[in-house]
Amino acid sequence: MTTALRLAAQVRTGAVSAADLVERHLAAIDESDGAVHAFLTVLHDAARRQASEIDDRIAAGEDPGPLAGVPVAVKDNLCTRGVPTTCSSLILDGWCPPYDATVVERLRHAGAVVVGKTNLDEFAMGSSTENSAFGPTRNPYAADRVPGGSSGGSAAAVAAGLVPLALGSDTGGSIRQPAALCGVVGMKPTYGTVSRYGLVAFASSLDQIGPFSATVADAAALFDVIAGHDPLDSTSLDRPAPRSVENLGEGVAGIRVGVPRELVDGVAPEVAARVREAAEVLSAAGATVTECSIPELTYGLSAYYLLAPAEASSNLSRYDGVRYGLRVDGDDVEAMMRATRAAGFGAEVKRRIMLGTYALSAGYYDAYYGQAQKVRTLIINAFADAYRHADVLLGATTPTTAFLLGDKVDDPLAMYLSDVCTVPSNLAGHPAISIPFGADADGLPIGVQVLAPALCEPLVFQVAAVIEEAAPAPAPPVLAASTWTGR
Amino acid sequence: MTDHKLTRHDAAYVARLARIDLTEEELDLYAGQLAVVLDHAAQVAALDTAGVEPTAHPLPLKNVLRPDEPRPSLDRDAVLDQAPAVEDRRFRVPRILGDGG
Repeated sequence: MTTALRLAAQVRTGAVSAADLVERHLAAIDESDGAVHAFLTVLHDAARRQASEIDDRIAAGEDPGPLAGVPVAVKDNLCTRGVPTTCSSLILDGWCPPYDATVVERLRHAGAVVVGKTNLDEFAMGSSTENSAFGPTRNPYAADRVPGGSSGGSAAAVAAGLVPLALGSDTGGSIRQPAALCGVVGMKPTYGTVSRYGLVAFASSLDQIGPFSATVADAAALFDVIAGHDPLDSTSLDRPAPRSVENLGEGVAGIRVGVPRELVDGVAPEVAARVREAAEVLSAAGATVTECSIPELTYGLSAYYLLAPAEASSNLSRYDGVRYGLRVDGDDVEAMMRATRAAGFGAEVKRRIMLGTYALSAGYYDAYYGQAQKVRTLIINAFADAYRHADVLLGATTPTTAFLLGDKVDDPLAMYLSDVCTVPSNLAGHPAISIPFGADADGLPIGVQVLAPALCEPLVFQVAAVIEEAAPAPAPPVLAASTWTGR
Repeated sequence: MTDHKLTRHDAAYVARLARIDLTEEELDLYAGQLAVVLDHAAQVAALDTAGVEPTAHPLPLKNVLRPDEPRPSLDRDAVLDQAPAVEDRRFRVPRILGDGG
């Protein structure tokens, strides 16, 4: 029995109406989101309309889908037709996309109800959701702390109980890091398994959309709904959609788990202790757990902070004041573009565009961008070696628990170091999940991470379910909404 | 290359390439902050990668082709509706060519 799947079952059998379910969550958002600020837009009317359509279909004997009536929040870098999609940037303030992202269409097709758009670091660049032009989101477990980022709004919305499910995007940890800091499940799928059509591009070779939820089973169910081939994304893998939910109860007997020192040794002692506890849980459940070392992982962060800004500087060249979004007038077209981008982009986005432009510029391309691409190969090869001796890897998701708002905003490198345990999976294109596993002495949530080779999502969820089963029951957050139910 | 320090002059050059007007204060700030990040990046610059092929993308993708058949695309008016300035059902922009152009 799990939150989102239980709610969908109640709606499908008529025990609860989709209209009531959606109304209850809209009321919780109206009541509690002033303190959390997870949402940038709440879609009261559209959500009510969609819920009543679902109830009509059930009354007519139809099946509205596996997520019937379940309220879902969507990160505001996913396009929603006719609904503002800001990427938390002034350069897109007021822009209403003329189309839906493929994942948004798939949500609706599965009967889920999109109740709002969530806050993020501008264009998904950040690890705290403080780089939002519309103000930060607060961690539901401590209002003076960050929820992580960049998908901090989606993580906080699920953590506070405002929605049972949410979508985020993960370029270097932007789903898993906030999931860990907010005490929820967050998963980054294999690159190419979920269509990026309608995801506003940050770093195209690293970006992937994935689920947030209170439970592993809910994350698996949402992943199954959004995954699958899409001809509108040329990097979408043309293979059958996965059925992750079916593997969930299979346990870990005989599974080989590697624990790389590089994902444990450098993290805060309380976080490292939880990783070791999770390893013991898997071992007690019949897995073979061994320590290992993948030294190349330590180069991931440096490579990432050259590659991602380089791709971003190219992708964000489209915000030129010509076709959509903000325009600030200038004497000629180039002056208009320079003034528009100066006024429209926030500090971190400008910083990354500068860094990426530099890494790609004549004279530095080989030393920085080209070298980082080769290090990416080294990391992929090192993972392949490790997976000769292990089926999955286990480590920390983040080096620390949630930090204080304002703590790292003036020190970009310190902020970037929040992603040290998560970026390797993006560079390799592999799946990884963060599972809540207890809290530190201040009651701040801790996440542990399970990594696996490409296309092994069913195994990822299967191992995660065993860890979840043994994890301490989550305490209610201080900013819990009336709809918070725990796990 | 790895001991390169990003100067204020470099920052101004990069801002021009990126088409962003930066204030004097921003140039100073970014020159300092980017130097710190690039110092960290020097870790990768120092690695021996002789004989290693670069990876641009995690998937071994070749060109993805589809049949060359017309399909519906976005509605022109819906797209133009989001533009900052429109004239004769086209995007309107400021002067592109100089006086002599």
